[in-house]
Amino acid sequence: MRNFEKFLRSRFAAALIAVLVGFAISAIVLAAAGYNPIGSFGALFNGAFGKPKYIANVFIKATPILLTGVSVAFAFKTGLFNIGAEGQYILGSTLATIVGVKLALPMPLQVPLVLAAGILGGAALGAFVGWLKAKFGIHEVITSIMCNWISFYLCNFIVMSDAFHKPNSTSALQVNGSSYTMILGNWKKSEAGKEFLSNIHWLREILLKTDLNYGFIIAIVVAIAASLVLNRTKLGYELRAVGFNRDAARFSGISVERNIILSMLIAGGISGLAGALTITGISPHTITLLAAMESYGFNGMSVAFIAGCAPIGCIPSAILFSSLIYGGMSVQQVMGAPSDIISIMIGTIVFFTALPGVTGMIADAIAKKRKAKEALKEAVKEA
Amino acid sequence: MEASPEYAVQMHGILKTFGAFTALDHVDLDVKKQTVHAILGENGAGKTTLMNILYGLYQADEGDIFMGGEKVNITSPTDAIKHGIGMVHQHFMLVENFTVTENIILGDEVCGAAGVLDMGRARKEVMELVDEYGFDVDPDAKIEDITVGMQQRVEILKALYRGAEVLILDEPTAVLTPQEIDKLIEIMHDLIAKGKTIIIITHKLREIMQSADECSIIRRGVYMGTVNVKESNETELASKMVGRNVNLTVEKTPAHPGETVLSIRDLTVKDDRGIEQVRGLNLDIRAGEIVGIAGIDGNGQQELVDAITNIVKAESGSIKINGQEIVNTTPRTTFLNKIATIPSDRHRWGLVLPFAVSENSVLERHTEDTFGEGIKLDYNKMHDYTTKLIEEFDIRPSGCEDERMSGLSGGNQQKAIIARMVTSSPNLLIAFQPTRGLDVGAIEFVHKTLIAERDRGAAILLISFELDEVMDVSDTIAVIYHGQIAGTFAQGTVDENQLGLLMAGGEAK
Repeated sequence: MRNFEKFLRSRFAAALIAVLVGFAISAIVLAAAGYNPIGSFGALFNGAFGKPKYIANVFIKATPILLTGVSVAFAFKTGLFNIGAEGQYILGSTLATIVGVKLALPMPLQVPLVLAAGILGGAALGAFVGWLKAKFGIHEVITSIMCNWISFYLCNFIVMSDAFHKPNSTSALQVNGSSYTMILGNWKKSEAGKEFLSNIHWLREILLKTDLNYGFIIAIVVAIAASLVLNRTKLGYELRAVGFNRDAARFSGISVERNIILSMLIAGGISGLAGALTITGISPHTITLLAAMESYGFNGMSVAFIAGCAPIGCIPSAILFSSLIYGGMSVQQVMGAPSDIISIMIGTIVFFTALPGVTGMIADAIAKKRKAKEALKEAVKEA
Repeated sequence: MEASPEYAVQMHGILKTFGAFTALDHVDLDVKKQTVHAILGENGAGKTTLMNILYGLYQADEGDIFMGGEKVNITSPTDAIKHGIGMVHQHFMLVENFTVTENIILGDEVCGAAGVLDMGRARKEVMELVDEYGFDVDPDAKIEDITVGMQQRVEILKALYRGAEVLILDEPTAVLTPQEIDKLIEIMHDLIAKGKTIIIITHKLREIMQSADECSIIRRGVYMGTVNVKESNETELASKMVGRNVNLTVEKTPAHPGETVLSIRDLTVKDDRGIEQVRGLNLDIRAGEIVGIAGIDGNGQQELVDAITNIVKAESGSIKINGQEIVNTTPRTTFLNKIATIPSDRHRWGLVLPFAVSENSVLERHTEDTFGEGIKLDYNKMHDYTTKLIEEFDIRPSGCEDERMSGLSGGNQQKAIIARMVTSSPNLLIAFQPTRGLDVGAIEFVHKTLIAERDRGAAILLISFELDEVMDVSDTIAVIYHGQIAGTFAQGTVDENQLGLLMAGGEAK
């Protein structure tokens, strides 16, 4: 029982309960709309994990939101709300495309340079927002939202510019092939590769039918690195001190301004990397004319908050989120239920993770009952 | 004790728990009519919780409340007011830019036909109250323009206006000058004579001796008994409150001052609203000397400390530490010049509450290689270092290295700050309200530490709003008024009346 109490007080319990409640409420909504909830959830699960190809796609789709999630979580742990992950992602993908189109170096040079361009774009945008906050005290949420739109239109401008526009399309030119980060990208298209894969069905499916790439591995490394920086370095210590108590940090000689800028720079860089990895890892390997925000940054916020803003926690959270989005498409196909149901489910989950006190309160109630029982037992013993 | 009409308030068997924590364990309180009844206890003992239950802000888990022998059910402040209970909180609840009258009637407005506010009648009613109790308050003055003592009287009037028969005063003297405290005690006795009953929450023994008839003592949520104040003394009350014998007098040997460590010349500092708060201040402190600054809150103390610690920029002037100019540098420079500061608001300036105790103990020093080389921060070394501090300074609970700072009591949080500051062997130690909110046991510890640091050879700048503290601990007493030092005295050459006059802007006789 005590272990159960301890579990209830953990962050994991809060996330788990939020997810369960999210499913329960979606079930009610589905039933009310006349769809069988069990069948719908079955379709959802099947659509996300039913075939090796689907699983691969879940991981592919989890990559950008894992990174933007880590970006939001990192900033949040240092007391900043990085609502600008979206814009940093867009600027990252834009700069990665520019460099990837203009440069044609061998892959070991090309890939790091393209990714670095993306990181630089996001980091610069993040640092700019941080600088505005540190220098002039302008709230990062306001400047981030504005920067989101600046990136958005800058991206569209680049897509349509003479230097980058691909004729008769709504896209920019593709990045040079040496920028690609697909797993066994060249081999799987070669004769030898094709022959080898023709015998192994599942491998052929995930390698040939999806853009399986190294992005997810890089994202996991980044999540772990972010956690280490926050919790095991002097830099992370200062960042968190500033996040928790700016006045005490300043009083003890920590430069608040420098740390705000640094935090946003790092968070922005991570989101920028997300954008760059999309360009290198997923076709069409370029930016396209945006009609609306693609929500990679905003979904990252959901990922971060389901994870309680722990960078490592973003890994399962991103997989959950992307399986909901990806599997949700089959709910529509199989059951005919609108995929909006999935949006409702995600919304409910995020909503309930915002109430971390609930599980703690349940734990308190259990502790009280246990104490009363113990007191009763003692009273009986004494009698 | 039976419920009886002799008593204005009786609280019997009050139990209150917060989660697993028992704040009040079957506490009894019997307050006779027309008396001043003090409730004494250390911080966190449960005195304010008990009063919040009486005022309906909390509900007791068990226990009964009687008024005049009748059982009453109080579930909200509205109920409490209906039963004639008024409460004056430690932090006043007044609207700054409203007049005295407007504040008094707020929430209980006098209305004429069709619900139109009748200010004329309201003012008349307030005037009658002011005259009846002989309060020296202008009903048309704005709150922001009157003194803190007057603001407190407005709070009392607010309660009386609502028909309070029983007044609860929560730490009423914390913000007052000695003269204002005398006036308050006068008012309290006056109210008693007019039939009111007063319950006063405090941990200041001297004021209990001066004002109260009876005193109930609570220790860690347990009722320790009620004493007749006239038959008791401060030492008895203190040991009952803490549960052991405490030494109320500060013991120290004469100071042997050395070279000048801190030298402030013509310092001018503005506050964040752009108003000059420190106006050409001069101050010297020598090694091995405690200079205590007496003064009422808001006379430039905060800005003086802010300027020395480089939290704010000074307008002009010079601050030298061992000859080195540090004015308008950075907090880091202040630290590197071996200035350590115990801040007045430890939660705001001194601690990162969500951090572990060990993380807090290396603030300022986390960059040193002792706690990890390069970019790495070595949590094991931090832990070991903190263990030493916990043992040396008796920070409780022992073994709290990895617990969050927010889980420690106020006194232990203060010990953690002092441990951090003292272990850096500062040349200048600034102690700004170092005993604020602490109980007598912890106060004794703080004072001993300050004197030990002095004897080690540090220069100590003690700034306190508690005149007793300044007078007892300092070797030299300086009075700050209106951003300037209004007078400097060696310990023992000045009494509190003279200091009180200087603190209020008068001339010393």
